[in-house]
Amino acid sequence: MKKIILHIVLIFVAVITLIPFLWMISASLMYDGHASVFPPRFIPDEFTLMQYERLFERLSIARNFINSLVLSILVTIISLTLNSMAGFAFAKYRFRGKDKLFNLLLSSMIIPAQVTMLPLFLMLKWMGFINTYMAIIIPGLANIFGIFLIRQYCISIPDSLIEAARIDGANDFLIYRKIILPLLTPVLATLAIFNFLGTWNDFLWPLIVMTDDSMYTLPVALANLMLEHTKDPELMMAGSVLTILPVIIVFLALQKYYMKGLMIGSVKE
Amino acid sequence: MKKQRALSFKTTTTTAYFFLAPALSAIFIFFFIPVIAAFIISFTDFDIYTLGNFSTLRLIGFDNYVKLFSDDLFWTALGNTFYFVVVAGPLSIAVSLTAALLLNSKLVKFKSLFRLAYFLPVVTTLVAVAIVWRFIYHPNFGILNFFLGLIGINPIDWLGDPDWAMPSIILLAVWKNFGYNMIIFIAGLQNIPEELYEAADIVGANAFQKFKHITLPMLAPTTIFVSIITMIGYFQLFAEPYVMTQGGPLNKTLSIVQYMYQEGFRWWNMGYSASIAFVLFIIIFIGTLIQFKVQKLSK
Repeated sequence: MKKIILHIVLIFVAVITLIPFLWMISASLMYDGHASVFPPRFIPDEFTLMQYERLFERLSIARNFINSLVLSILVTIISLTLNSMAGFAFAKYRFRGKDKLFNLLLSSMIIPAQVTMLPLFLMLKWMGFINTYMAIIIPGLANIFGIFLIRQYCISIPDSLIEAARIDGANDFLIYRKIILPLLTPVLATLAIFNFLGTWNDFLWPLIVMTDDSMYTLPVALANLMLEHTKDPELMMAGSVLTILPVIIVFLALQKYYMKGLMIGSVKE
Repeated sequence: MKKQRALSFKTTTTTAYFFLAPALSAIFIFFFIPVIAAFIISFTDFDIYTLGNFSTLRLIGFDNYVKLFSDDLFWTALGNTFYFVVVAGPLSIAVSLTAALLLNSKLVKFKSLFRLAYFLPVVTTLVAVAIVWRFIYHPNFGILNFFLGLIGINPIDWLGDPDWAMPSIILLAVWKNFGYNMIIFIAGLQNIPEELYEAADIVGANAFQKFKHITLPMLAPTTIFVSIITMIGYFQLFAEPYVMTQGGPLNKTLSIVQYMYQEGFRWWNMGYSASIAFVLFIIIFIGTLIQFKVQKLSK
């Protein structure tokens, strides 16, 4: 009995978390005006892809899709490289000021990104990077959370592996490249998802630095579209599906790593 | 922090700096310098004229901060943001904890499937789900009013009514975020030694007593962590009101970050905007300190 009630509650919650997505997909497949009726339709009476056609043909959303995709991939690759090097150094080397430096980095994680936005905008403007990919790549080059996560993981790699390689004559960069990086694969996968999703989903910063329609990332393009198409739920749902679907695919494919990363990140003392 | 065994070579410092240099210079130039610059800018009259001609920039001391004090719109934004944090924060955490407790029960079948369903909103794009919810909240055609109608509740103009707009945004935030903390709570629950519950069974404790005297105290560090990250995130409220209400109706959903964005990047009052950003930082800082103090006291 207890078991049945428990499952009814769990299913009820699952329905609440999933219904907005199901309705979104369903409405995106409807003709104009079919989602603005009472009582609401939950399944299209006639299926159509016209909303998607409109997005691609008249509103050239493909360009925004590509912007988001390229930027998310670039930021992920670059920040993984830089973060893994720094995380390795913090985990496996002894150097002056190490603890102080690491604590400074950790404690500055409390500073909200919004504080840096005005000067960063001015810097990028001065460098001529506003409205270019660089404006999004530069602030994403490295991040403190990534360094922290990699350091935590890297500490558990035994020193003897590194010493053995050194005796065999490997230099430090080779050790990083051939021994450390392969062993870091799980945590790198975790961070890759964090970075990819973080860049893909980001809104405020691209809204600030991208000034042309053709340079907008998907969320910015979508928010912009919303202001003009308040009365077109079907079109807006198609845009939302396009924005959310890649994220869900990446997440479902790699969720094992994502969940694990969440848990490593939360047990810092 | 645990002491780890590090390699002892004379060259380690140089090599370490070689590995650190790219990431640390990026963080230094594009994070630390902007933080300091923002601090300085907040004491200047940096505006649209300064963007054109840098020599018009003047230091004006605390004028921006003084002006904030008598700025009604700033107080409105501050009040709205506090409303959001104080209600949505504890509510999200309560829902997360409840979901974690339910899912952690040994009776549950298809655990990972439920976990996945609950977590899905977390990874999805906020702007997109805010748009979806904007239509869910539609007063005439929205599915929320339809379902409420089935149980006899009259239609509500969720986003158009000044009293309902912020609760609507809070509901969306709880729906979007509870899965994140739920996962962290599940990890925390799994770390509680089983023997504690067995011992409680021996002395005949009931479920509520076990929850109060074992689960809650053992989860305290997790709860503090979760409260801090939730609070920091919620103080940065921006996309939901931007997409759903544009701060309205009657400025009832205008948030601090939105006000900062408008002042800085719409009207180019960058000095003033920087001072708003710093007030946000100070609030988050104090909020974090308080939660750490609470944790110390409860030990």
